[in-house]
Amino acid sequence: MSERENIFARIKEALTIHAHAHHGTGLPTAADQRRVMPSVGATTDEQFALFAKNAADLKATFKIVQDETELRSELTALAAAEKWVRIATHKSSLAGALAASLNLPTLMTDEGCDKHELEKCDAGISECDALVAQTGTVVVTSRTAGGRALSCLPPHHVVIARREQFVADLPAAFALIRQKHGANYPSMISFITGPSRTGDIERILVLGAHGPKKLTIFCL
Amino acid sequence: MSAPATHFTEDATRVAHDLRHRGIIQTAMGKYETVRDQRKMWFQDWQGARNLAARTKFEAINHLDTHLAEFARLLESRGTKVHWASDAAQAREIIFEILRAKKAKVVVKSKAMTSEEIHLNDAMEKAGYEVIESDLGEYIVQLREEPPYHLVFPAMHLTRGEIKDLFQKKLNDAPSDDPEALTMVARRALRKKYLQADVGITGANFCIAETGMISITENEGNARLTSALPKTMITLVGIEKVLPRLEDLALFLPMLAVMGTGQALTCYNTMYGGPRQPGEADGPEEYHVVLLDNHRTLLLADAEQRDSLGCIRCGACLNVCPIFRNVGGHTYGTVYGGPIGSVITPHLRGLQDWKHLSYASSLCGACTETCPVKIDLHHHLLQNRRNASAPKTGKPSFFQKLAFKIFAPVANRPALWSLTTKVSRVGMKLRGLVNGSALDPAQAWTKTRDLPPVAKQSFREWWKEREQ
Ligand code: SF4
Repeated sequence: MSERENIFARIKEALTIHAHAHHGTGLPTAADQRRVMPSVGATTDEQFALFAKNAADLKATFKIVQDETELRSELTALAAAEKWVRIATHKSSLAGALAASLNLPTLMTDEGCDKHELEKCDAGISECDALVAQTGTVVVTSRTAGGRALSCLPPHHVVIARREQFVADLPAAFALIRQKHGANYPSMISFITGPSRTGDIERILVLGAHGPKKLTIFCL
Repeated sequence: MSAPATHFTEDATRVAHDLRHRGIIQTAMGKYETVRDQRKMWFQDWQGARNLAARTKFEAINHLDTHLAEFARLLESRGTKVHWASDAAQAREIIFEILRAKKAKVVVKSKAMTSEEIHLNDAMEKAGYEVIESDLGEYIVQLREEPPYHLVFPAMHLTRGEIKDLFQKKLNDAPSDDPEALTMVARRALRKKYLQADVGITGANFCIAETGMISITENEGNARLTSALPKTMITLVGIEKVLPRLEDLALFLPMLAVMGTGQALTCYNTMYGGPRQPGEADGPEEYHVVLLDNHRTLLLADAEQRDSLGCIRCGACLNVCPIFRNVGGHTYGTVYGGPIGSVITPHLRGLQDWKHLSYASSLCGACTETCPVKIDLHHHLLQNRRNASAPKTGKPSFFQKLAFKIFAPVANRPALWSLTTKVSRVGMKLRGLVNGSALDPAQAWTKTRDLPPVAKQSFREWWKEREQ
């Protein structure tokens, strides 16, 4: 017998004895989850405000911009303030085009992503799949945000989002992922909630443990 | 006493008297408690959430075969190689085979308790691989050559001063004892290793059956990098970690964060469903998932305690446990410490050798009360006590019988009883003369506790007085 079969035989044998379900059976629905989970407010305006508050608590920067012109000038100002020399992004209608307007040496991760080159970049600019109001989370995937490393290796992760990408809560975010990718999921889906952090030394918060020290979210 | 029991008693006595240790743990736990309680309030119905989580885990564990088969099938369909290991030796061998095939030299790891369980680091280092733990806390304890202190906070027993000295000694780089500066030292050192590493090894917090994905919860981004940069990725995970559906994460991710660190959501919650897929910019060329039994099926066969397989390793029961806080994480001498470790270790490593852990509890029930998936921890400790003694004799010892032979007639005769209490009052006074010395008849008890005084007046005496 293979080890797989051995393990399955032991599991099946063990499960012939029934355990008592002390807390009931059956999988909860999204409605069940929503009844117990943190509330998010009824209107989209409230949810928008909640995201902004969560982002601030997480020490991420969240900025609403009216149009692409304003976005371009915000980004240019950021690049100048932080003295970016090199940036990375991926082919995309918003993020890619925007990054090009900065006129800086740019690594496109989807045209061959050399990790050593990416490590030298000052910022990674990516799109996202969703923004979650409940927790201030940005959802990215390896397919829609330039791979796995772009949103994690450079010291500053800049997210370009659209207002339509807002969802109220986590159940909605998972429903959206399912609806968007169906059975053909990307190899990585990441829920990013604030810049990288650690509390491993005396439980004192330090930003930028291994991932980005800064997270900036622009929303059109 | 078994060797682990002796070790436990010695270390427990030493650490319980260590005021410095006590200070560090009290401070860390104090900070944790405040944020955790705020976050629990943030939920509309925290108790309701615990019920849903317990129900979900019940479904997952009690249909483990179906979920595991589905999980493995879907992973394989997207190009992942799934391996099965019945025990630690098999799991190590599977991983070594991959390392050999890839001609690996440098291995970077993100936190995995399963790898502690199979003593993977030790084995890899002995075989000549360079192994780097990338979680900051794990990195620190790796440099100190000791096991993690706590499930979630591996280095919580150390002060910044100690960490500075450690970095100075081992890395020759410690500008100050400022936590931020120290973190940046580790960041610089580990960046280089990430870029060199041939293989990345991770653990997993959940296995999603219905979509064939693993999910990793972390704050630092080290697991993100471990699974992005090396050409080969390996995940070592216990077979019990399944959740039926992707949507179940909507509840479990925030609950794990609240109980683990008092956050709303941990910084990175990432699901991996395979190696780099066509059209993706980067990611490993090969992805291996090693599913580990290592006596989990024994625990599964114990229907009474099966629920303990639902543990999400949040560490909350350790944090509230008065024993853990007094004796510290290393005293247990186990991979999993605290209440959950005391429950499962006798199953995983032998009841007779580890039964002493069932007594490392005041049975206050704080663990059961706090557990987000409602594992009946303190009752399981009692069941382990029962199971450890039952098969051996099944009968009380001679001295127990003798004690009750004397106690029963005294307790059944009011006059005799009242005489005994009167005599004890005098006895108590006399005992004061020999208190603590070898002559003290209650010495076995008073070595570690106070003997409660016999009341000045018995209830019956009081009642009589009141009637008059
Ligand atoms: S037993 Fe419960 S409280 Fe303890 S670590 Fe596991 S899930 Fe957390």
